Amino acid sequence: MTDLTRDIDASLVIDLSLLAMLLVLAVAIARTRQLLAAILLMGVYSLVCAVWFMVMDAPDVAFTEAVVGAGVSTIILLGAILLTHGHAEKSSAIRLLAPALAAIAVGGMLVYAVLDLPAFGNPTSPANAHVSRTYLEVASNEIGTPNIVTAVLASYRGFDTLGEATVIFAAAVGVSLMLGFGDLSAGRRTPDSMGDHHVVLGVTAKLFVPVIILFALYVQFHGDLGPGGGFQAGVLLAVVVILHALVFGLRETMLAVRPGFVRGGAALGVLLYAGVGLVCIVNDGAFLDYDYLFPPEIEAQIPPGLLGDPDHPHHWGQHFGIFFIELGVLFTVAAAMISIFYGFAGRAPVPPGTEAGQ
Amino acid sequence: MAEPLNLIGGGLAIAGALLSLLGAIGVLRFPDVYTRIHAASITDTGGASLMLLGLGLISGLSFVTLKLAVIWAFIMLSSPAAAHTLANAAFTSGHAPWIGSFRIMRDASAGKQGPRRP
Repeated sequence: MTDLTRDIDASLVIDLSLLAMLLVLAVAIARTRQLLAAILLMGVYSLVCAVWFMVMDAPDVAFTEAVVGAGVSTIILLGAILLTHGHAEKSSAIRLLAPALAAIAVGGMLVYAVLDLPAFGNPTSPANAHVSRTYLEVASNEIGTPNIVTAVLASYRGFDTLGEATVIFAAAVGVSLMLGFGDLSAGRRTPDSMGDHHVVLGVTAKLFVPVIILFALYVQFHGDLGPGGGFQAGVLLAVVVILHALVFGLRETMLAVRPGFVRGGAALGVLLYAGVGLVCIVNDGAFLDYDYLFPPEIEAQIPPGLLGDPDHPHHWGQHFGIFFIELGVLFTVAAAMISIFYGFAGRAPVPPGTEAGQ
Repeated sequence: MAEPLNLIGGGLAIAGALLSLLGAIGVLRFPDVYTRIHAASITDTGGASLMLLGLGLISGLSFVTLKLAVIWAFIMLSSPAAAHTLANAAFTSGHAPWIGSFRIMRDASAGKQGPRRP
């Protein structure tokens, strides 16, 4: 915080303008009474956040923020206001008093905490000095993936990521228990909405669906090498299905991607992830220790140097372990998002894909 | 080094940014839905194209160029389609344009799905 002697360079200007935009957006979101406008502004907020993360050299986080914050959560919130009404009532000042005090107190504490944070990129800060430095030094040797973020998320912190996948699965189950699983009969209410007015939209969407699926697979399998991985790819896959539902009607989509199939996919993902961990235990390793993914006799068959460094034959286990758990994350995230969307859209009084009236 | 290319690329990127700014001003200043969509979509597509072209010139011929070309193709397809959908939705839900006769337009659309009265 005292380090204000930094030169005013281009990135500082960009940082400040992005933060100013975030501030304006936050105030606008808080002030608007139209929930539709608030949701769209939150999407913009996430997008600006993603740009800012990108400026801070965190492409993985930026990617996640863009697909989750600006993409799928906007759509799910839109699905949620279809179930309510799109206008917030004005509350009386007295009822606002307690929430306002709580917000001011929490905000004040957060600002106070920010004052104690080390400067951005400070090499001696605890976040950069201890465990991160070790990861940077040993990850390329131990794991062998060029993207160290993937190495940390999928291998070193594989247990945390399993927890995250389970949380997403639990969220999908919770929403499904409240709103229903979105069965086919819910989609039946969609009237024949594809009049002449939707030709352009239909053609464009048809063109985009395979391309986005291809991009999702690229993100999935390129996650070792660049930004991306199971979370982002899963959300992209879910967005494709949601796009299809918005354009062609919920019923068409439910016929293509069955709700039962989706439910199974969410469970299968977590199962696959935990199963990889169990296989490691069976082969005398620790839970999710991919070095023990293959039993020694199979490991001996693999020619050294086929992947990565010939001196580290364990790379095979790491590569396949990360591959499988990322696949599990893909299944869970995609299926959970689709299932949440089915839950909301299946109950909407005016199904998406028709003119929503307002 | 390709100094002139950098300059041209930077100039194109700035031109694209200015075009997007014009689009934003147009969205705020134009009188009705259709003219606003027009301002947003045309300057958006054009501004993004100019910026991508500029970035392509700065980055030089590499894999990045291909990625930029794919992004460009995506924007050229999605942005006009989104603008069309928006205008279509406005028309269908009965937003009359600021100039011109809404009735003639509505009759011309030979409406089995004609717009409702506002």
